[in-house]
Amino acid sequence: MSEQQPVVEIRNVTKTFAHGNVTALQDIELDFHPREFVALIGPSGCGKSTLLRVIGDLVQPTSGTVTVNGKSARQARNDRDYGIVFQDSVLFEWRTVAKNIALPLEMLRWDKARRRDRVAEMMELVELKGFGDHYPWQLSGGMQQRASIARAFAFEPALLLMDEPFGALDEMTRERLNLELLSIWERLQSTVVFVTHSISEAVFLSTRVVVMSPRPGRIAGVVPIDLPSPRSAETREDPRFFELVTEVRELLRKRGEHLLPEEEPV
Amino acid sequence: MTLTLRKAGDWTPALVVFVLVIAAWQGTIAAFHIQQFLLPKPSDIVKTFWTDRHTLWPAGWYTFKEALGGFAIGSGLGMLAATLVGRFRTFGNAFMPVAIAANAVPIVAFAPIFGVWFNPLSPHSKMAIAAVLCFLPVMVNTMRGLQSASPRQVELMRSYAASDLEIWRRVRVPAALPFVFTALKVASVLAMIGAIVGEYFGGATTALGVLINSDAESFDFVPAWAGILLASMLGLALYFAVVAAERIVVRWAPPEAEPS
Repeated sequence: MSEQQPVVEIRNVTKTFAHGNVTALQDIELDFHPREFVALIGPSGCGKSTLLRVIGDLVQPTSGTVTVNGKSARQARNDRDYGIVFQDSVLFEWRTVAKNIALPLEMLRWDKARRRDRVAEMMELVELKGFGDHYPWQLSGGMQQRASIARAFAFEPALLLMDEPFGALDEMTRERLNLELLSIWERLQSTVVFVTHSISEAVFLSTRVVVMSPRPGRIAGVVPIDLPSPRSAETREDPRFFELVTEVRELLRKRGEHLLPEEEPV
Repeated sequence: MTLTLRKAGDWTPALVVFVLVIAAWQGTIAAFHIQQFLLPKPSDIVKTFWTDRHTLWPAGWYTFKEALGGFAIGSGLGMLAATLVGRFRTFGNAFMPVAIAANAVPIVAFAPIFGVWFNPLSPHSKMAIAAVLCFLPVMVNTMRGLQSASPRQVELMRSYAASDLEIWRRVRVPAALPFVFTALKVASVLAMIGAIVGEYFGGATTALGVLINSDAESFDFVPAWAGILLASMLGLALYFAVVAAERIVVRWAPPEAEPS
């Protein structure tokens, strides 16, 4: 496998729902490359979450193909090639935090000692050290989401799919978790596909923003993000940050018109 | 530590109410000279509960075993049926309306007929009544529980290439457990009621329900009340056994979320 082979190749993917009456995705063509951080942004109903699920083989496309790591999406799922994080943490309430993080490792039949070491490592990475024996209800929303991210990264998948993972969190927690996510990503060198409806979050996090428009869900444009890396709190004050935010917003406005995403002015 | 303290605090009001009710009961009888056949004094009931212990307690144990058997059979079949209904749609579609219709039948009315089916003197007819009473609440709650896992949780398991069986074992069953225990608590009380009522229609002379019934028929009301006291205590014992099992199995539940 050459270094430059895309991690995800989406070819001509169309997805219709309700017996063909609703076109969620139309003729999507996209490649995601190793170590890219791609943000998918668009208003509600643009099919960005559906696209994420098509990549994860959780939803079948009506036509077109998805290749992950050079294999079919189905094969990639069966090989556990990706991790996924949802808007809510989807922790299993009957498992402790440590056991939640260990779940994918159990599925991969790792032995106990190896699981324990990795879980300890991940909890340190997401700053949950000491909370391993807690049950999910004993954690705040931000901590729950950190546990969920630790779980997704625990088995070091080449690809991480994130569906508005910070959408339900307050702005301050979200900004802190944005920075934490970036530092984990830089360390683990995965490819991240990140669905969001926040323009500033998309620009701040990603190396490329894919703007989608609704009904039918299409790609309205792609904005490469050339902000210096690593990003920091100062990045949000960089003039280039504002230019890129404006560029994304205009792409959204051009295609979406009245369907702008809910976003406070930056 | 704080948990134990809070639990003790939770129990105090109930205990106070209980003591007040008993005291009022005792006081009212003394004050208004109420006839013993109408309502005996709690102190007399407790006294008989002790003096009659050689006949009363073995009778209670006999009936308790019937209730326990019925509870186990009815709850077990209820969980099994819920599992089958969850796994095979057609089975569920065929079975559910019948089960709901059956629930409208006053099961207790079947007690004499069960007696004929299973020999009225044997404990089996009482177990059958207790089992039938336990079955439906356990089945319905288990079904709801098995469906209570969130679609996201199932999606996450699919992302790990989990099979249906693995999703069932690792997600659906643990998610169902709090529902199952809620139903088992209901069933534990129903089982004791079922066994006692079953015995009113005939049973071994060593059975608690038969004893209560014959005492009442011969106007021996204090022993009848002592029997009722014992029946209540045994029902509560089964209930608290289920609560204890729940505490052990459903360890993850936040204290506020605890029903009952």
